[in-house]
Amino acid sequence: MSLLEVTALSKEFGGLRALDGVSFTAGGGEILGIIGPNGAGKTTLFNLISGIYPPSAGEIGFQGESLLRLRPHQISRLGIGRTFQIVRPFQNLDVETNVLVAFGHRFYPSLWMSARPFRQPEILKEVQTLIERAGLLPYAKQTAKNLPLGFKKRLEIARALALKPLLLLLDEPSAGLRFEESAELMELIRQVRDQGIGVLLIEHNMHVVMDLCKRIVVLDHGSKIAEGSPEEIRSNPLVIQAYLGKEV
Amino acid sequence: MISGYLITILITIVIYAMLAHSLNIITGHAGQISLGHAAFFGIGAYTSAMLYTGAGFPFWISVPLAAVVAGIVGALLGIPCLRVRDDFLAITTMGINFVVEAIFLYIPFFGVAMGINSINLPKWFGREVTKPEYLILLLVVMVLLFLLDRWMGRSWIGLAWASIREDEQAAGAMGVDVVRFKVLAFILGSAIAGLAGGFYAHFLTFIMPQNFGFGQSIVILCMVVFGGIGTRWGPMVGAMILGVLPEVSRPIMEYRILIYGVLLLSMMRFQPGGLLGRESILPKVFRRYFYRLSSLE
Repeated sequence: MSLLEVTALSKEFGGLRALDGVSFTAGGGEILGIIGPNGAGKTTLFNLISGIYPPSAGEIGFQGESLLRLRPHQISRLGIGRTFQIVRPFQNLDVETNVLVAFGHRFYPSLWMSARPFRQPEILKEVQTLIERAGLLPYAKQTAKNLPLGFKKRLEIARALALKPLLLLLDEPSAGLRFEESAELMELIRQVRDQGIGVLLIEHNMHVVMDLCKRIVVLDHGSKIAEGSPEEIRSNPLVIQAYLGKEV
Repeated sequence: MISGYLITILITIVIYAMLAHSLNIITGHAGQISLGHAAFFGIGAYTSAMLYTGAGFPFWISVPLAAVVAGIVGALLGIPCLRVRDDFLAITTMGINFVVEAIFLYIPFFGVAMGINSINLPKWFGREVTKPEYLILLLVVMVLLFLLDRWMGRSWIGLAWASIREDEQAAGAMGVDVVRFKVLAFILGSAIAGLAGGFYAHFLTFIMPQNFGFGQSIVILCMVVFGGIGTRWGPMVGAMILGVLPEVSRPIMEYRILIYGVLLLSMMRFQPGGLLGRESILPKVFRRYFYRLSSLE
């Protein structure tokens, strides 16, 4: 049994098929790349897994259990963390508080536990560790909206890690970043993988994908057109066609 | 001895402070705009008044029940509000206010336009409490509400509210049950408004539907925005200043609503955080003043 099992997943918006019968599996401790041209359905796939909207058909299994009827907060509590393509930190809260919100996932289910103070020494220590791992320790008290994009992206990862996830969904983490920023982020993602966390990585930067992933799934117009190692993907004619178009 | 007039103003201000404080839970902490808060003030006032005059409940039971009833109605009305956001939420809550006011105004059970009268101040030790005593009672309740607010603000509940206010979708992805915490804010804010309504009815001794209309909701919102939306002290300070202003000057009294409107407009334009909010001009002025003092030495 793999960590995540997606079977024949489809999603229609009105008449538009955003995702069409996609199946794949992902395991712990590996980075699975998800690539495809714009509009291929990559972010839709993430939104379905994290429960933002329900699929039109298909099944999503996480550790052998179906996620279909669960709402986003329930899915995140099961251990699926995510970041957003357009960053969504809690803009007016500082870095530390951003991460703290996610730490609360074990208290929110009970009203009684939720009424307890959130500034507890042992939790603050864990928060510090996470912020340090994300390289944000000097900015712990900075308001999120004042951070540069690269830091916001790392903050989103730190926040998702506070859920103690088994699976992390990263939506274009390197988009809009300078080379050095992007390299630092990749290092962070590698560390996350080495911890045994499964990572689904949507990425447009081919260098990043080929470098990080052992296995890649390619989507085009909502369908899976290829799956395999970076070498296989690179030489797959369907993939080349999807990216570069057909020869006339 | 303080005059009866002054006591009356002080009691009114404390009641407004409770209202501003309760709206701040919904709009400031949880970020859900409400333009119909006076509805819950009215539901509390009518519940307490009718339990007292109709069913013969004593003040000490009718006022807490007013809070309970307003809280329950707040939860029920909060559910349709969960499906809408931002400007749609503003219009929905405004609609709730008009409906509640119309119910008081047109249903004979609620006394129609005449409202309900012969409500009395509470009794203790075998006699009616005096107005200064009533003021002290209200101040004690206000302090307790303030402590409750501080406790909530330091708990995971306060953190969950803050995350919902900032970004609902991200909050959900972080394990925050958005629906539950929104309803909790509506319940708590409505219940405290209901409590204020109970105190108001027993102090004024008569209530009418017009006391709980849309205009009243806007006055409460003005106080919250003026003092500093989302801050702990701001709404109370706002209620104090906007409550005192009409009393110190007759012209202000006559143009009260106009002045509130202009204040709301200019606060939104120049100081959206309010007097005590972040990035407010007040702390800056203080800092500059003290800086000048220290440089003179």
